[in-house]
Order: sequence, then structure tokens, then C-alpha cells
Amino acid sequence: MAQIASLLAIDGALIVVAGWLAIGVAGLAALHNVRLVGRLLFPLSALLSVALAGIALLALPGTPQTAVLAIGLPDLPFHLRLDALSAFFLALLGLASAGISVFAGGYFRQGEGTPPGLLCMHYHLFLASMALVLLADDAYAYMVTWEMMALSSFFLVTTNHRIAEIRKAGYLYLLVAHVGAIAILLCFGVLQANTGDYTFANMRAQHLSPFWASCAFGLSLFGFGAKAGILPLHIWLPEAHPAAPSPVSALMSGVMLKTAVYGLIRVNFDLIATPLWWWGTIALGLGLATAIFGVVFAAAQVDMKRLLAYSSIENIGLIVVGLGLAIVFNAYRMDALAALALAASLYHCLNHALFKSLLFLGTGSVLHATHERSLGKLGGLMRFMPFVAWTTLVGVIASAGLPPSNGFVSEWLLLQSFLFTGELPNPYLRMLVPVFAAGVVLVAALAGYVMVKFFGVIFLGRPREEKLAQARDADGLERLGLAWLTAGCLLLGLFPVAVLEVIDPITVAMVGKGLAQSGHAGDWLMLAPVSAERASYSPLLFFLLTLSIVLVAFALVRRFYHGRVRRAAPWDCGFPMQTARMQDTAEGFGQPIRQIFEPFFRMRRELPSPFDSAPRYKVTVEDPMWAWVYLRIAAVTEAASRLVGLLQRGRISIYLLYSFVTLVALLSLTQL
Amino acid sequence: MSPLVGQVINLFAAVLLLIAFAMLAQRRIVTLIHLFALQGLALVGSTTTVAFATGQHHLYWSAGITFALKVVILPLILHRLIRRLNVKWDIETLINIPTMMLVGILLVVFAFNLALPISQFSQSIARGTLGIAMACVLMSFLMMITRSKAVPQVIGFLAMENGLFFAATSATYGMPMVVELGIALDVLVGMVILGVFMFQIREQFDSLDIHHLEKLKED
Repeated sequence: MAQIASLLAIDGALIVVAGWLAIGVAGLAALHNVRLVGRLLFPLSALLSVALAGIALLALPGTPQTAVLAIGLPDLPFHLRLDALSAFFLALLGLASAGISVFAGGYFRQGEGTPPGLLCMHYHLFLASMALVLLADDAYAYMVTWEMMALSSFFLVTTNHRIAEIRKAGYLYLLVAHVGAIAILLCFGVLQANTGDYTFANMRAQHLSPFWASCAFGLSLFGFGAKAGILPLHIWLPEAHPAAPSPVSALMSGVMLKTAVYGLIRVNFDLIATPLWWWGTIALGLGLATAIFGVVFAAAQVDMKRLLAYSSIENIGLIVVGLGLAIVFNAYRMDALAALALAASLYHCLNHALFKSLLFLGTGSVLHATHERSLGKLGGLMRFMPFVAWTTLVGVIASAGLPPSNGFVSEWLLLQSFLFTGELPNPYLRMLVPVFAAGVVLVAALAGYVMVKFFGVIFLGRPREEKLAQARDADGLERLGLAWLTAGCLLLGLFPVAVLEVIDPITVAMVGKGLAQSGHAGDWLMLAPVSAERASYSPLLFFLLTLSIVLVAFALVRRFYHGRVRRAAPWDCGFPMQTARMQDTAEGFGQPIRQIFEPFFRMRRELPSPFDSAPRYKVTVEDPMWAWVYLRIAAVTEAASRLVGLLQRGRISIYLLYSFVTLVALLSLTQL
Repeated sequence: MSPLVGQVINLFAAVLLLIAFAMLAQRRIVTLIHLFALQGLALVGSTTTVAFATGQHHLYWSAGITFALKVVILPLILHRLIRRLNVKWDIETLINIPTMMLVGILLVVFAFNLALPISQFSQSIARGTLGIAMACVLMSFLMMITRSKAVPQVIGFLAMENGLFFAATSATYGMPMVVELGIALDVLVGMVILGVFMFQIREQFDSLDIHHLEKLKED
């Protein structure tokens, strides 16, 4: 049975893609019919997502399968290939998009920019192109589907295109996406090494000189970094994510960023045969800088979706750190450790896809219930939206990397792989890498801080606005979507050994060794990535123990201490006039971070004078990369265009003279 | 091929070049149009001679078209144009005329130098005249650059086409008929468009002086 299933896996994946495209077209037919699109098409697409995840998981341990699609240019068909790496990311796509699609079915409503049918088409085109990106086996198919993905997501981001800010965010996104795509195209150009054959199979066969291989690495880091949001190119993320509708933000942050990670792994572990160790240090440095930058800025945000966007940047940073470490180990042929670092990265990809989607969907529910995105106007929603609050809490714990959640497992694995850098042959690396490890720990700690702020300000305390009392909990399909992702987060956290067994074939294919192969994993209860003596972790035992201690403590306290519940007003600290405005605000919560990392921020403060009758306090935190990088690029471009402008004199005689001189010059060239 | 035919072709070529110089030096617009018609006539003469000498019948057709278009129709249109626009004078060139003549001579030297290797490969009887043809093109271009009024510029443009046509006959016995017809139509349409354009310029600025177009520049 499994044999048959794995034989047909790539066809199955293509059928799912075709199904998504068909649903998109069907959405076009029912342009304004919210009920049909929401109740039928989106849940149907979620079923297809589940099917895709199932197919991918079945195909993962099998041998790679190939297919050739007859579409494309004459003599240039699409080559497709489903190997372990593709299958893993397809499973990620399927698992995350299943929850997101169901949620989207209940989320999209009439009268918000693009009509729902059109939105449905963009959405499914986006899904289908992501699946094809993961399946592509030649540069041509890859670039075409990559561009399809960028364009369809651009239209999704600009759903509310009547708002100028959203159009601006969409434009920025498109711009960065295209700059990145150019770099990726060049990277493939380098990889094919002048053979003119752009299939990945040919690229694998090439042996590039160290110089050209490094060029390919740099271009891939730049190109995929633009999509993933690695440091100077992250600029579109905090703009595009708040602009997009929540399911779209979830899909972009949870899944689309992972296609960039997939590209990085594909190029640097699969297509380039021999990595150099210093690539790894570059990836480590950039990844860590990205992670710290993301988490610090997330702490300073007051818009909940911007906060999540910066948190995505942080997570991508951690994933890139893991990849960098894997490259270093791989270059020194320390296969088992490379496998560990790579597995940690892949695990974190999967985790981030689930918990970040969950958090974005949670913000979507909050947004629909309250019409507020600013943290300063939310609060106390746990009472009015318990379901959303509890599911979000799971996502928050995962994002903060607390046991027994899935986020803890991947971060723990990453730190485990850092512990073995003492075995590296290069003394400088031995000195440098522990510093990186310390940085990763800092990021993990700050991520916890950010998540406390996120959850605490939105759901805990008292409502900061009157209207919040009218907030209604999510219902129907939205609940189903949230529950799916929550269950995913919990299961991934509780059964890490099973997940690592799934990842195993990938690390075997990429770095030549798996975790299970080295004989350390295999015990389904106890996760011991290196050896049981060094470190082991059993989330299930941990969870059960924690749960039982909490229950016992609760029971004991109830039994021996109060014995009864007494409701009373809480102590008011001797200050009887309390309003909801006196609670700790998002600004206030982020203040210590703003203080400590002040040089990184560009802040503008508006302080009220003591005599103001209506005092206002406002602080805006801007991304310093605008001033450091982008405004400078803009200035140089402007200066260059001014120089070109000197040619424009406005006199026909001069223009004619230009062509005359050009003509004479070209003619005299023929003399040579 | 009798030497007489070669001599006649060379004569026509020399006349073309002479007229090109004359156009470069001429300030009066009416005379300029006459010179243009004359140049067309010389072109017709040379084309007919080549056709007669080589027996290429389609060259008669192109000679006929050239006659109709460049000797009759275009000068008539131009005359009407300057009557309606009421401009008879081209007051000033941007560079003074003796300098322009010197530049023209330099261009002729350049063109001959350029044509030397090409004409060695040509089988045409008129191959020696390729340099003259190119010189005509370049000098008409120079005229377009140095005139400040719109009508002389248009004449420069048309004269350039004459040079091109001459180059085609002298190097390869003319272009295929389709191309020639196309070019003829192009010139006619271009003429009409430029005529409309000139009226527009005058309406906008009350003058045909293209200096006024500098106002259109974006700062």
C-alpha cells in the first residue's frame, strides 16, 4: 500500500495543485458570493491541503520521483521532482495551509476591498505556486513559479487597495521580491557553469571553483534572504504583514518565508557539492543579527501584526543560524553534527509555520471582533474571546520557546548543536561560535519577553476601551482553523522523536547522515539527539509531571487552605480611583528594551507639557535600516539620475548632435 | 559599360554633393526648397542612368516615384507650407556658414575614407559614388543640427533621405521595390506629420523658432 502511494506521490501532489487552481477558477465564477466561497471553496481547499500533507509525508522516506510537465516554452518543459526535502516542505505547506484555509473560509467578508471570489483565486494561485516552487527541478520552472508566488501574494497583500498605505506596502514588497528574484536568477546562472542546461540535475553534476561557488552562495543568500527577510532586506515584512488580511499574513509568514529557506537549503546543501566553512560564519552572523534585530524591534512595537512580523524576522534569523552552523559542520565533514543543526533548522521551520500562522489567525479574530490593531486600545479580551485566547496562548508559549511546546524543542536542538563546536578544527571558530550561542540564548529570552507583552496586553488585564466588551469570540470555521493549528503545535511539541524520524531522510540526503542513523534517537519517549548521557528531553513526561504537580497543588490548596471561593474586589493599593488606562501599556512594557537598545532605534517622542489639558504621549519607533541603507541607496540613485539629467538640455539641435556624434563615432569604429 | 555612362553617373553624384554644400550655405528658405527639388532631379537622373546602363527595370519605377515625390509633390507642399506659415527667411544658423562649410569638407573626407573598403567589395558600376552618398547623408544631418527654424530642419531631413536613396542605388542597384515604396510613403507621411507639427508649434509660441521648445524641458 505504501509502495503504491509513494509511486504516485508526485502525481497526487500535482492533482492537489490542479485542484487548488480549479477552486481558484471556481471562485472567479462566484465573484461576490461570500457564502459559497467561504462555506464551500475554502474548506474544500483545506481538505486538499490535508491530502497534500498526507501524500508528502508518505513520499518522504521514499526514493525521489520525477515528472515532466508539458507546459512551458517549446523545448523547455517544467521538470518536477519530489524528494525528501521537497516532501518535507510540502507537508509543512499542507499542514499550515489546511488550518489557514479553513479559518479563511470564516474570515473573509463582503465589502473589504477585493471581492471574495477574486481573493479566492489569488489565494489558491498563491498556494499552487508555492507547491510548484517546492516541486520544481529546473531553474526555469523554479523562477516562473517563484514569480507567480510573488505576484499572487502581491495582489493578496493589496486586498484593501483603496488605502494608500497598503498600496505603498505592496509596492515595497514587490520591489524587494523582484530584486531578490534577480539575484536568484543570477545564482542559477552561476550554478549551471556555462553548460546552458538549467536543470537541477545538471547543476548537481557541476564542480564549481571555490570562487564561483562562493558567488553562488552569496547570490542565493541575497536572493532568498530578500524573500525570507534576512537583515538589510527584511524591510518589506513589517509593512506587508500588517497590510495583508490575517489569513494571508499567516500564509506569507508561516509558509512563504519557508520557501525561501527551502531555496537556501536546496542551493547550498544539494546543488553546490562542496561548501566552504566561511559561508557558514556569514550565515551565522547574518542570522544572529537578524534574530536580535527582529526580537528587539518586536519588543518595541505597538501594532500587534507588526509585532508578529518582527517576530517572524527573528525566527527566520534563528533558522538561518541553524543553517549556518550546518554549513560549517558540513564543510568540516562532521556529518552527525551537521545533521543535528540542519534538523534543528527544519524542525524550527515546521514549528514556526504552525505557531506563527496560529498567532496571525488569532490577531485576525481579534481584529474582526474589535476593529483594532493597536495594542494600546486592546486588553482584557480573554473574558470575551476565551477560545481565541486559549489557542493563542498555545501559540504564544510555542513562540516563546517554553517547554513542553514545539518551539522549545527546536531551540533546544539548536543550542545542543552549538555545544559541540568545541570539536571544530578551526581555532577562531571555536572562539567565535560560543558567542553566537550566547546570542541565540539572548534571542530566545527576549522572544519570551515579546510574547508576554503580546499576550498580556491583548488578552489580560482590563479592556482599555469600552467597545471591547462587545467583542465576540470566533465561531465555526475560524475555530476549526485555530484548533487545527493548536493541535499541530501541541503534537509537534509532545512527540519530537517522531518528527525527527520524519526529518531523518532529509538530513541523510543533504549531509549524508541522519540522527536516527547515528543510533541516538529511536526511543519514542525520550529525545536524546547526541547521546543519552549528554542531554535528553522527554516533553511528554515533562508535561505530565508539570500537569500533575499543578493539579496536586491546586487540589491541596483548595482542600487545606481556602476550601471555598470568595469573590471580592482586588486590593487597589490604597488608590481607589482606578481606570483601565492605568494598566501597563504596550509602550510601557517595551520601555526597558527601548532604553537598553536605544542606539538601534530611531525614536520620535512627543511628550506632553505639564499644563496640557489633554495630554498626549506618543512615541514612534522607526526602522534604522531605512536611514542606514535604503535612504542612502535612494540618494545615490537620485544623484546618478541628476547626472543623466545633464544630458537633457531641451534643445533639438543638441539632441540631434547626440545622434550625429554617435553615428560618426560608430562609423569610425568600422574603420578599426 | 561605356565610360560615358560612368562619367554621367559621376557627374550627377558631383551635382548632388554640390547641391548639398549649397543647401548647407543657403539662408533663404525658398531657395532651399528649389535646391531640394534640384537635388531630387539629380537623383532621378542618376537613377535613370544606372537603370539604363544595367537594364534593371525596377529602377525606372523608383526613378519615377522619386520624380513624382521629391521633385513635384514635396516641393509643392513645402511651398504651400511657407506661404501659409508666412516664413521666407531663415535668419540665422547656429554656427556661421564658413565654419559649416569647413566642417562639411571634413565630413566629405571622412565619408570617402569610410566608403573606401565598402566600395571595393561592391559590384555596382556606381560604386565610386558611395562616398558621395554618405557625405550627402552626413551633411544633411549637419544642416538639421545647425538650423534653428523648423522648416529648414524638415528639408534637412528630406535631403538626408535623398542621400540614403542615392547610397542604395550606388551600392546595390537600389533596394527591393517594396522597401522603396515603403520609404516613399514614410517620407510623405512624415512630411504631413511634420507640417501639422509646425502649425502646432506656431500656434503655441507664435513663432517657428525651435528655441521656444526649450521651455518644454523639465527642471
